[in-house]
Amino acid sequence: MSDERLVGIVLVSHSAEVASSVAALAKGLAGGGSAVPVAAAGGTESGGLGTSAELIAAAAAAVDRGAGVAVLTDLGSAVLTVKALLAEGDELPEQTRLVDAPFVEGAVAAVVTAATGADLAAVEAASTDAYTYRKV
Amino acid sequence: MLDADFFRRWMTVTAASVNREAERLTALDSPIGDADHGTNLQRGFTAVTAALEKEAPDTPGGVLTLAGRQLISTVGGASGPLYGTLLRRTGKALGDAAEVSAEQLAEALRAGVDAVMTLGGAAPGDKTMIDALVPAVDVLGDSFAAARTAAEEGAVATTPLLARKGRASYLGERSIGHQDPGATSAALLVAGLVEASGE
Repeated sequence: MSDERLVGIVLVSHSAEVASSVAALAKGLAGGGSAVPVAAAGGTESGGLGTSAELIAAAAAAVDRGAGVAVLTDLGSAVLTVKALLAEGDELPEQTRLVDAPFVEGAVAAVVTAATGADLAAVEAASTDAYTYRKV
Repeated sequence: MLDADFFRRWMTVTAASVNREAERLTALDSPIGDADHGTNLQRGFTAVTAALEKEAPDTPGGVLTLAGRQLISTVGGASGPLYGTLLRRTGKALGDAAEVSAEQLAEALRAGVDAVMTLGGAAPGDKTMIDALVPAVDVLGDSFAAARTAAEEGAVATTPLLARKGRASYLGERSIGHQDPGATSAALLVAGLVEASGE
């Protein structure tokens, strides 16, 4: 790898517990994943179920090491809020992408890939590819 | 011509009608959604009026972009980014003119509605706020009263539709027979134009 900067991962869920648990799961399963900056943005600022633009923006800023930020979401307002923030242009770090991926499997794939020093496009591809892992 | 004061009144009267109708919006959101539409929009428009008082933008575009930003950051549900994008894109389309005509507002709102359709992926007939907004924008150049009627009729006309977007779409055919809460709140926003203009 040409530099040491790792892609940051943000996990956005309607539930704070889901976001932080999936972050812990992905880091735990990733082995070398502990070096990957991962932040959870779950629930509303008041602790309820929902989506907070402020928590998302803060999480993205916290994991930005200059190599890009991959954002994974669960559904509904989580997806729409990230899209709206991206459309604003100045709310999220440069090179932030909403990654189309299953939340749990995609998070694991993203953290595992980011831990190798892969770039944002590779992290996004690995994460999206998790849609193809059939279980039956 | 419509100045920044008109747009501030639009947001203030919309906040008041959202407060007045919050329970009804949440009740509509109970059978087919997650029963938070009224409270979410109340929180959002309360933040909008507070921000407008504090920052007092002096152009129509400035009022709407600030209002949209507040909705995106404070609502907490899907209506936040959707209404936020509607108002921000409309505001950006109005630019920095000190006054705009009703025709210019209609054109700018069209751009806002297009941005909402792009963001949410909804088309007319999907049982969403789009079903109130599109018919309203179509006649907004005639009069605000015509737009209000079109939006209200559009909202009522969502009742027999099958939801194709959002939480309600998981219900499939069970979403039929319920008026869409988002189309209902969109009609309140359009009705606010009439009230703000004193027509």
